[in-house]
Amino acid sequence: MSSFRGAVITFPGSNCDRDMADALEKVSGAASLRVWHGDAELPEHLDFIGVPGGFSYGDYLRCGAIASRSPVMRAVIEAADRGVPVLGVCNGFQVLTESGLLPGALLRNSGIRFVCREVPLVVENTQTLFTAGYEAGQTVRLPVAHHDGNFYADDETLDRLEGEGRVAFRYAEDVNGSARSIAGILNQAGNVLGMMPHPERAIESAHGGSDGRALFESAIKGLVGA
Amino acid sequence: MKVRVHVSLKPGVLDPQGRAIHHSLEGLGFSGVNDVRAGRLIELDVDEGMSDDALDDMCRKLLANMVIENYRIEKVAA
Repeated sequence: MSSFRGAVITFPGSNCDRDMADALEKVSGAASLRVWHGDAELPEHLDFIGVPGGFSYGDYLRCGAIASRSPVMRAVIEAADRGVPVLGVCNGFQVLTESGLLPGALLRNSGIRFVCREVPLVVENTQTLFTAGYEAGQTVRLPVAHHDGNFYADDETLDRLEGEGRVAFRYAEDVNGSARSIAGILNQAGNVLGMMPHPERAIESAHGGSDGRALFESAIKGLVGA
Repeated sequence: MKVRVHVSLKPGVLDPQGRAIHHSLEGLGFSGVNDVRAGRLIELDVDEGMSDDALDDMCRKLLANMVIENYRIEKVAA
């Protein structure tokens, strides 16, 4: 029924790849394609690429650093440059900043501790592929689980992100010390979103909340024009 | 040839780990420590004659994240 083609990348140490694939399948009705980090090519005609959370390569060197240089990421960067939507969550966000697809970097949480809880987020921009299903200024609750989610960019970059409407989500309370409470950002073209909170872990009531579902619905509806 | 790459956070980038180390030192009774910044030391064993450009390239492409970090290359005499 659905012609949607979504792929999820798995790196050694990814642990949210299955959740991401499951969320895409539940919302789209189409089976997710699974791609291994060593693959030099992606499946053809993709509508969506998920870069999942976890601890790729054991967080060696820097979180996401080694994964961002893996063969499949070269293909992901090419696909993103062609306009294929890419969602990076948690470690996936770190991979996207390390790969240069998104600006800034994710530093150790300001409180040093690993933060694992549900947090309130404000949807800052609903005019994006990923957030069209939310209401402007809406507060949603999504789980976070990270040690290095403290978003950093220089002031000029932060001003540009804000000025161009590229801050998708902002924490409604202090979570990790992120600059300007930024939780998720878009690339300039708007087809790449990186965020620390986990929308794929909030898809149905059994998860304890379903505020993440609209993100996948927005992206998939926007793509297949359902 | 042995090469040491010293990677450090750029000035102005918050260093929670350095701050925690600082607090711990104070807790141990060491006074007079004004600031602590934690970095990373990467030791490479490379072919003799490896060019400075190649080493620089390694640092920029992988060993350091130029958004938040600086690096310094030190060639170690055998």
